[in-house]
Amino acid sequence: MTETEERQRIWIFVDPLRCSGCRLCEIACSLKHENIIWPEASRIRVFELIPGVDVPHLCVQCPDYPCVNSCPTKALSIDEATGAVLVDEEKCVRCGVCIKACPGNIPRIPNNRKSVVICDLCGGNPACVDICQEAGYGALSLFKGIYNQIFQTYAKNPLEKSFDIAKKMYNWEEI
Amino acid sequence: MLYGYTGKLLDVDLSSESIRMRTLTEDEAKKWFGGRGLGTYILWKELGDRWEYVDPLGEENLLLILNGPLSGYYPGTKVAVVSKSPESNGVVGSVLSSEVGMELKTAGYDGIIIRGKADGPRYLIIHDDYIELRDASKYWGMRGVKFVRTIIKEIYDEFIKREGVKGIPKEPAIMYIGPGGENKVRFSAVMAKWAHAAGYGGYGAVMGSKNLKAIIVKGTGPLPPVANIERLKELIKQVYKRIFEKASFRNWGTVAGGYNVGAVKSSEPVRNWQEEWHENSEISVINFENRAWIKRFWGDYGCPVTCMKISCLKFGPYKGAITDGPDYELIAYVGPNLGIFEPEKIVYLSWLMDEYGLDAINAGNILGFTAELFERGILTKEDLNGIEPKWGDADAFAKLIELIVKREGIGKILAEGTYRAAVKISEMKNVDVLKYAVQVKGIAVGAHGIRSEMDYTNPISYVPSVQGGDHTSTANPLIKQKGELAIIFNDSAVTCAFLDWGVSEELIEFTRVITGWNITLEEWYDEIALRILHLQRILLLLGGPDVYWDPRIHDDNPPRFYDPLPSGPFKGKAPKREDVISMKKQYYTEIGYDEYGIPREEVLDRLGIPDAKRAIMRIRERLKI
Repeated sequence: MTETEERQRIWIFVDPLRCSGCRLCEIACSLKHENIIWPEASRIRVFELIPGVDVPHLCVQCPDYPCVNSCPTKALSIDEATGAVLVDEEKCVRCGVCIKACPGNIPRIPNNRKSVVICDLCGGNPACVDICQEAGYGALSLFKGIYNQIFQTYAKNPLEKSFDIAKKMYNWEEI
Repeated sequence: MLYGYTGKLLDVDLSSESIRMRTLTEDEAKKWFGGRGLGTYILWKELGDRWEYVDPLGEENLLLILNGPLSGYYPGTKVAVVSKSPESNGVVGSVLSSEVGMELKTAGYDGIIIRGKADGPRYLIIHDDYIELRDASKYWGMRGVKFVRTIIKEIYDEFIKREGVKGIPKEPAIMYIGPGGENKVRFSAVMAKWAHAAGYGGYGAVMGSKNLKAIIVKGTGPLPPVANIERLKELIKQVYKRIFEKASFRNWGTVAGGYNVGAVKSSEPVRNWQEEWHENSEISVINFENRAWIKRFWGDYGCPVTCMKISCLKFGPYKGAITDGPDYELIAYVGPNLGIFEPEKIVYLSWLMDEYGLDAINAGNILGFTAELFERGILTKEDLNGIEPKWGDADAFAKLIELIVKREGIGKILAEGTYRAAVKISEMKNVDVLKYAVQVKGIAVGAHGIRSEMDYTNPISYVPSVQGGDHTSTANPLIKQKGELAIIFNDSAVTCAFLDWGVSEELIEFTRVITGWNITLEEWYDEIALRILHLQRILLLLGGPDVYWDPRIHDDNPPRFYDPLPSGPFKGKAPKREDVISMKKQYYTEIGYDEYGIPREEVLDRLGIPDAKRAIMRIRERLKI
């Protein structure tokens, strides 16, 4: 295997301006991973703090994996095929250290669930991207290739993202 | 095991500020489903014996926010708002698009019963089992956009804090009232997300009468378990596939109706229904798209249709106006119905309706009614606080809206809604103005006329309906087609009618798969829907305390619908009175009403609601029949 092939990764591009807020992605994700519709356990969550400002929020697979490195019980690991973060449910103690370590505070520990949840890229074919494409919105699309450092800058706090986009959409000076 | 439900209702008493839990039994769920059905049952059970004395805007009335068995699972989520209506004095099942239903169900509740009256402005906050009533004084008087922006900034942090190490939760859902509801304008709506409204029924006024500004709810759990998850997954995919093919509806939403319903179907209100035809393409969807839309597809939780659009005017005299499409009903009622055909003016007036939290169908109806009375010289500039509401003058109508919301001058009369205002103005002016009022049993007729026979409506759509002029709950002479019995499903199950209008085999299969009940379509039509309809009919005919209905008089079209259409390709068309009477009698028979339109006692026995017979005696006594 060449070095280039080793660094091949998958990334989900997000365009909030094309997101309808329909949450078919959350439904697809939670049905697939939890076998029930569960908005807060979906690995992709669409925030809508300001009506009409729909902001999909999910793991960007930072190249330095601060969540994996911060985990005190070594419950998180990296899927070499996709670059996704994998959670070992048996090892996770629901401490929330990974959430604090994440620059976008993206991981989530759903109520009464055994462990934290983080996007596993569905092993390479994310269900969220499929349904968003099928629905025709194209707010989510799949990138395959070499990881770019810039992706990590997309891991931002959902409030910050929401308020920036709201101001742009509605021509507001402030929220 | 009760699949698909949480089995719990929150019971909030605003008078004593106490919060209790009420169990929803499987028997109640099976008999009444949820939403409109369950709401009618709860109102009957708690208030039925003294219904005529219950003031819809008094402390005694209950405000019910209810999910149904399909909410959350069936694509597209609504929540039902049910109460004794200050418009019809019966029960109207209203539905609200938003994430409120989803958040409630994932917080562990099938709904909320709100009773009593707070001694000052309050809001209710729910975060799973953390529930609290709080002072809302500083939010009282705030219009929609400002309220949502302000409160989300002020309260979101505490939701994050309560989640602690578990991470950042998504935002809570917010349902609220605007100044219209606060001032008990009878046609006020319960609002969500700026432009979404539970309009029919006037429940914003009920919420205002209880001093409740808002309900803010966040759930973090999963939806309750279902009987057959694998089949449910297949069914959800089946619905997506069907809906994704509806390209024009998804692209245009109902906005296309502004031009189409008038130009093609001749069934759109034009100048207070004096006409139903126009050919003005200025109002066509393309001009909304090009001049106002900043978002083409906008949907609430799980909706594959996303018929909603977002309009935002960024320059010009109406700069800052934000609303949705607007949807067809609003376009028609604040557009052609007021002689207005410019998209910017329609967006502006729709935005005002949203900001004040008014049901724009009933509000637009009374504005058109007022303009016609002004045109006829019955109401003068002096009567109207110096305002001259001429057709097409958006600024004059905006001033009238403000008077209504503040209940100032003529606004005090108009805030009572078209029917009550017409009665009052007839007395004041000693002339019959009810003939210009296009309403049925206190509820403005939706923007779908009956005269051209080109729309989905028919000559008795609004005549015997338990929800009066409500264009979604229309009567159909073929009772097992898309009429009242069918739409009660959407309102009780609770689903959005834009996914599937009325009940269907597919919706019944969803019900079986979710609840595990062995229900059939026949059982829906012959038992469950009939049970709900008959009880709603009884409460409507009980009415009171300020307004009562006599089906011999009020089971009829507005007088205007018997005037032949004056213009357009269907000029001259109107239903014949004798046809309407015979269709109505036929409908009574098939539904199980007697010759006067009162539910028959043996039918109530068969439907398992024999205690409702007591109410029949009270109705007969009042009507002396």
